[in-house]
Amino acid sequence: MSSDAMTIRAAGAAGRPWVEAVQDWITTVDHKRLGILYILYALLFLLIGGLEAIVIRIQLMRPHNDFVSPQVFNRMFTMHGTTMIFFVIMPVMFGFANYLVPLMIGARDMAFPRLNAFSFWLTAFGGLLLYFSFLGGSGLYGAGNAPDVGWWAYAPLTSRAFSPGHSADYWTIAVLVSGFGSIGTATNIIATILSMRCPGMTLSRMPLMAWMTLVMSGLVLISISPLSAAQIMLLVDRYLGGHFFDTQAGGSATLWMHFFWIFGHPEVYILVIPAFAFASEIIPVFSRKPIFGYPVMVAATVSIGFISMSVWAHHMFTIGMSAASNTFFVLTTMAIAVPTGIKIFNWLGTMWGGKIQFKTPMLFSIAFLFQFLIAGLTGVMLGTAPFNWQLSGSYFVVAHFHYVIVGAILFCIFGAIYYWYPKITGRMLNERLGKLHFWLFVVGFHLTFDPMHIPGVLGMPRRIYTYEPGRGWDSWNVIVSVGAFIQGIATLLFLANLVLSYFKGRKAGSDPWDAWTLEWSVSSPPPVYNFAVIPAVRSRRPLWDQKHPEDPDSRYE
Amino acid sequence: MRLKLRGMKWGSVRRRAVAILLLVFGLLLAADLSTASIPDDNPIPSIFEPHSTPADSIFHLSRFVLAITGMIFLVVFVLLVYVLVKYRARTTDSPHEPPQVYGSTQIELAWTVIPILIVVVLFLATTRVIRAIQDAPEPANVVEVTAIGHQFWWEFRYPALGVVTANELHIPVSDPANPTPTYLKLLSADTDHSFWVPQLAGKTDLIPGRVNTMWMDPHRTGVFLGQCAQYCGTQHAKMLLEVFVDSREDFQAWVNAQKQPAKQEEDVGAGRHVFETTACVNCHAVAGTLATGRFGPDLTHMMSRRTIASGAAENTPENLGMWIQDPEMIKPGSLMPAMKLSDSDQDALVRYLETLR
Ligand code: HEC
Ligand SMILES: [Cu+2]
Ligand SMILES: [Cu+2]
Repeated sequence: MSSDAMTIRAAGAAGRPWVEAVQDWITTVDHKRLGILYILYALLFLLIGGLEAIVIRIQLMRPHNDFVSPQVFNRMFTMHGTTMIFFVIMPVMFGFANYLVPLMIGARDMAFPRLNAFSFWLTAFGGLLLYFSFLGGSGLYGAGNAPDVGWWAYAPLTSRAFSPGHSADYWTIAVLVSGFGSIGTATNIIATILSMRCPGMTLSRMPLMAWMTLVMSGLVLISISPLSAAQIMLLVDRYLGGHFFDTQAGGSATLWMHFFWIFGHPEVYILVIPAFAFASEIIPVFSRKPIFGYPVMVAATVSIGFISMSVWAHHMFTIGMSAASNTFFVLTTMAIAVPTGIKIFNWLGTMWGGKIQFKTPMLFSIAFLFQFLIAGLTGVMLGTAPFNWQLSGSYFVVAHFHYVIVGAILFCIFGAIYYWYPKITGRMLNERLGKLHFWLFVVGFHLTFDPMHIPGVLGMPRRIYTYEPGRGWDSWNVIVSVGAFIQGIATLLFLANLVLSYFKGRKAGSDPWDAWTLEWSVSSPPPVYNFAVIPAVRSRRPLWDQKHPEDPDSRYE
Repeated sequence: MRLKLRGMKWGSVRRRAVAILLLVFGLLLAADLSTASIPDDNPIPSIFEPHSTPADSIFHLSRFVLAITGMIFLVVFVLLVYVLVKYRARTTDSPHEPPQVYGSTQIELAWTVIPILIVVVLFLATTRVIRAIQDAPEPANVVEVTAIGHQFWWEFRYPALGVVTANELHIPVSDPANPTPTYLKLLSADTDHSFWVPQLAGKTDLIPGRVNTMWMDPHRTGVFLGQCAQYCGTQHAKMLLEVFVDSREDFQAWVNAQKQPAKQEEDVGAGRHVFETTACVNCHAVAGTLATGRFGPDLTHMMSRRTIASGAAENTPENLGMWIQDPEMIKPGSLMPAMKLSDSDQDALVRYLETLR
């Protein structure tokens, strides 16, 4: 017994003490480690945000439920939305961009490694600050804790008259700080992609993932800035006597709406374009064919980026804009459906004539295609302004954007984790647990978000902590809640898989999927310096060329 | 089972599937209805059961949009399933990679142009409905109502008729031959709200510092349900809305009754004294008395309303007593403070309120 302890201590002394390891991670400027930190951080917040969703669903399971008070409920949906958007999906996307982009373009790190670390820690502290509000939100006033203004934080609800105490400040500053982090990372990604590509990697040979990450980062720069500006103006209103949004002193409530949605709509694409990126890497590999219509995919992505900056007021069709403005925003919103549709067809074209392997990453990508199709179509419905006057602010919208954020984006994130986990850890995720996770999640997802459209059509508004019986909403809400619980269980299964496979998973080798992009040419996990020799590429699929010298891509491009 | 299914005609399979779907839908609705508390002639505020021109035009547009999107869905879905089945990897496949196809300009052009055409059609259809609703000419005989959103109740003023009420909106039915639509002017006293009665019109927000308008011309009488559809604070959920569409005579009778000043009954003088000597009068108005507050609902004819606190509770003496004792018991977070009256004062007060018919 005691000799056992001795050996362990001896081993510990011989190995590195854990403090040193922790210090290594905290002070790291390595893009791969920062990528992992981003992803782990996001997974932690996914758990928290998921828990908040469960609280919401328990409360709404039956009419006039009193599981939580209205105050707590309002905090829950505010925190759920803010967390999922700013502290789950964005960090995950930055994490993957960080980890993969340098590897994919044959670089040894990001352009600005220290800015990279700084940005991550800004985002990380932003999240902590947001959650600190549960403790410190009352401030000296003793009023409320945790923000309860909704994740759009519409004025004038955020003014001091309606949000005394500090909870609205925590929301503002937390999101502001993490926004600065996002701007830092986006700048870094753009610089990296534009200036660190290996020899032969022209822009037109970059993996689609790199292209899409580039567009996403451009959107971050353009759209986070107005949000940050508006948040600073809000703080000026609250503490320095400004009246930008203070309607009681002549400020404008709609001004905030414009600022917010000029950020908010591109934000949707900031989140979904990386999801497209994952799908565009995964679908070709598991169809055993190159992406169909690469140039069109790039063009569609760039045009989505541009158009997405001119559609924001489709979130404001109900604020009483003139018929002309409404018409304009209907037009731009419809226009964005075209490049989006092109993408769906190009993915289908990629699979057409291939040999589709139904591995877990591919399963998630296929489900993504199906769900994104539906999300896009309900989006078209919401884009026709008059229909929107009925649907907006109802549970139909909630169903629609969860179809986007869960059905499309989260599914792609799961797919990406199954796909790149072997590269990151050197071990495969358990395929059977993965399939179980997939099917359970699909069932949970559809049980939750398919029926959720219906109460919206039957007049149920969003953000209500309870509702009246007898309006035709009751049964649907029960089903929705049950679905949410199933999704929760599936997510726990997934987390278990992540942990178990880390210790017990099959060794991956450098290229488990027989893939074609540069990250698969180095060992798993890749060495700190990524490439011993900077590679030179001659086509979009350098590893294909290597594996098929008789028929290289470079011959056709 | 499988054999039988195979023997059946596709048509009958489809009919059965539709029947089963309808049955499920019907059962769910029936289950929901059986829990209804208020007997309404119109309990489900469905956007697909319109009873007024704006809601009806939207319904028509939505059917068109649903048809088109439904078709797109079917086409893409069938393609997807076809691809997955046809091109799945089989163990019998040759070990070689499939032909590497990089794209096809013609095909890609096709799937760019077709969506563009669809979008143009949708856009034109939408534009028409936007104009039809937003730029509709205003007929001569309109009923004008100013709706003011408050944290967490609705104030309704009929400037031309001299009526002020709350939470339950009365409007006349509009006969298409001789239309009397209602035009709402939407204002807010505090935060954003949104006026949404799905069967009558789409929603329009009430935004502080801004004047919005909307109109509706109900084609039948009845009670139509709705509620605030823009998050406005703690009790956003209990900012319910009822629209009573009355026949022309009933509406006129209602207006006449509402125009009367409050009844002054002798035997509730004690309660009235309590009312007029506490802070009630700073927040509530009772026409013809010294109560002129506007922070809370006008109480002049509060007993003519079916509910109190914007639909949070039925308007019964017990609920009124509970409300005055502590509004938190009925609507936690509402902006009316607990008045902490003695039991006898409270009883007298409720008896007085009950005379405000
Ligand atoms: C600080 C202002 C304030 C004071 C004082 C006040 N109320 Fe209220 N009252 C309100 C508000 C605000 C509402 C609407 C609450 C809601 O629906 O959310 C209300 C609602 C009501 C209602 C329900 C009206 C309806 O039709 O829905 C009644 C009845 C009422 N108050 C009676 C009283 C009486 C009696 C007193 C005095 C003992 C009183 N109030 C004192 C603000 C006040
Ligand atoms: Cu949008
Ligand atoms: Cu409201």
